Amino acid sequence: MALDAGPLSIGDNREQVLVDGLSRTQIVMYAGASGDYNPLHTDEVFATKVGGYPSVFAHGMLTMGMTARVLTDWVGVGRLLSYGARLLKPVWPGDTLVARAEVTGMGTEAGRRTADFAVVTRNQHGETVLAGTARALVELAPGG
Amino acid sequence: MGAPYFPVEEGTILSFARAVGDPNPVYCDAEYAASTEFGRIPAPPTYVMSAAQFDPDYPLRPQPGTVWPASPGASPGADHPAWTAILAEQHFEYHHPVRAGDVLSSTDREGNRWEKQGRSGKLLFTERFTEYRDQNGELMVTARTVEVFTERPIGQR
Repeated sequence: MALDAGPLSIGDNREQVLVDGLSRTQIVMYAGASGDYNPLHTDEVFATKVGGYPSVFAHGMLTMGMTARVLTDWVGVGRLLSYGARLLKPVWPGDTLVARAEVTGMGTEAGRRTADFAVVTRNQHGETVLAGTARALVELAPGG
Repeated sequence: MGAPYFPVEEGTILSFARAVGDPNPVYCDAEYAASTEFGRIPAPPTYVMSAAQFDPDYPLRPQPGTVWPASPGASPGADHPAWTAILAEQHFEYHHPVRAGDVLSSTDREGNRWEKQGRSGKLLFTERFTEYRDQNGELMVTARTVEVFTERPIGQR
């Protein structure tokens, strides 16, 4: 599952469909898994009548959690050194999200090769809902 | 705030991976995970957010004997109800991989607060730093969170 840094170079990129028509049920699954039961995400009546939103919407961390997959499917699980993102627009039930990761730099940290990534997740309207960066180890420890 | 006792378990990792739609077998197959460099089932990158489950005072979980959701002023100094907070930014630094069997604890430290006038009223931004340590006191993950408390619904088409 570990990635060899050899084939990576700046500009390499990958795209991945994260969800095709997000369900309210998945938002509730995330509430249950994360422990964040904000009624704006879990209670349609509250979100519309009290919150004033057109419907419930996804936790920002659901979008960020889904987006992580474009990185871990590429570099391997457990190889991230950092991962950060800004949540730019709400994600609504029915949205289809596509994440794109691109290598923006290569470096070394504690003698091991690293890669820097820019990550963007867009919805079906082409709007950017998440923009972030990550750094990952792309070389195993000696003997690892 | 924080989670003094945050056990990382195979079952909660499975639920979390399912919730974020990640079918990677490393999150649900202990035998497969044992064959990888981790030896145990690893946690997905954003899994530590579920420390909320183990924060006894987490405001976005219904609690027996309290009004849900809490209204403005329900908790001391809280003129903004917790449910009006929308996540603006989240940043993680990973020092060591978190795996099933680890027992973490998290501590929060408040950062800056600032206000902006948005199209939908006044926005209050709050920053928080969180450290996640394992059972040996080893720093595993550090996080920075920026939330925005909203007066009115934001970000609509």
